[in-house]
Amino acid sequence: MKWVGLIAVIFTGGLLLSAMDDFPNWGDAHSPANASPVSQYYIEKTIEDSGVPNMVTAVLADYRGYDTMFETVVVLIAGIAIMAILRVMNGVPGGARPSPAHEIGDQHDIIIGTTCRLLIPVLQLFALYVIAHGHHSPGGGFQGGVILGASFILTAIAKGLDPALERLPEKRYVKLAFVGVVIYSGFGVACLLLGENFLDYGVLQVLLPTIDAAEARSHSMLGVEVGVAFTVSAIMFAIYANLASKGELEGGL
Amino acid sequence: MSEITSQYLIDHFNFWVAVVLMMIGLYAMITKNNLIKKLIGMSIFQTAIILFYVSAGVKEGATIPILEHHVAETEQVEAGEHAEGHSTTKASSSHEVHAINPDDYSNPLPHVLMLTAIVVGVATLGVALAVSQVIYKNYGTLEEDEILAKIKAAENDG
Repeated sequence: MKWVGLIAVIFTGGLLLSAMDDFPNWGDAHSPANASPVSQYYIEKTIEDSGVPNMVTAVLADYRGYDTMFETVVVLIAGIAIMAILRVMNGVPGGARPSPAHEIGDQHDIIIGTTCRLLIPVLQLFALYVIAHGHHSPGGGFQGGVILGASFILTAIAKGLDPALERLPEKRYVKLAFVGVVIYSGFGVACLLLGENFLDYGVLQVLLPTIDAAEARSHSMLGVEVGVAFTVSAIMFAIYANLASKGELEGGL
Repeated sequence: MSEITSQYLIDHFNFWVAVVLMMIGLYAMITKNNLIKKLIGMSIFQTAIILFYVSAGVKEGATIPILEHHVAETEQVEAGEHAEGHSTTKASSSHEVHAINPDDYSNPLPHVLMLTAIVVGVATLGVALAVSQVIYKNYGTLEEDEILAKIKAAENDG
């Protein structure tokens, strides 16, 4: 069995390596991928179309808005799937099931506790900065959302799952995850209602405090990034909380 | 010899690494018996794809695909700078329009694709781990052959 696998892998790899000569050279600015009119358009016209200096965010949230919206939905569905697979409902609210892990989590380590108390607010503030400044500097909804989710995961690792779930209970993170997708699609529906295509933000200049369509696009990108951040941070924490407690949401690792 | 090395290895070094990583990941996914090891293989495979895409978007001497604010506001359009002669002199009301040379910025498109792929990869990996947890709960093992044997035994009993 292993030999069959090895032969298949070597065959696939050999096929790719034999085609290596046809791959573009490292750093070639005129390789097919880099010389494509699509990529050139993004680089040249982003600032004109939307006034957003970060092309990655502009492509992510505007030009390829559909893609990003449904990526967000994929993240949401993955989170729901994890809850559907793992979540154990034991009927009793608060489920009185003593677990040894729970007691270990209660023993506070002063070094870890103090470090986390110092670190977590900074992490969360930085996450908000990454989200809010995502269209002007490196950052955006996915990155900021992951940092925000990581700050809650850090709470759960350092102090146990229960204190983290006090701050972000299950009901709240499920709601947050859905609110994120609603925010994103809300921008799309608002465009529809104003008589334009779904997620064609330019028309939102009548709703947002902007002076022209390009700025409306810039502001809408911030809006949808906030939506993405809601979903991603909530689902990241949901994944950790469910995996760490085998779906019981208490005790934890 | 050195010419061949340069042609096949140096110029495509990232792609070599991507293909080798892909082979490692694929091998782990096909032959490993433990489900978690299969997932590790899947993650390695994913890393190879990400490396491949990002490598394809690199341009020599180019910077990150983010325009600098002050540069964007002071740089003036030099007509005829582009070979194709894009008419970039049309000024919108609030944003000065500038000659932006695409060769100065790395390709943003692979970055966008991989940005979403990473987050979705994490989410799907979470689903895979959740399924493995349930399998472990039901069968008491994560070894593929033992799980199959237990399924067969259960079928024979039923």
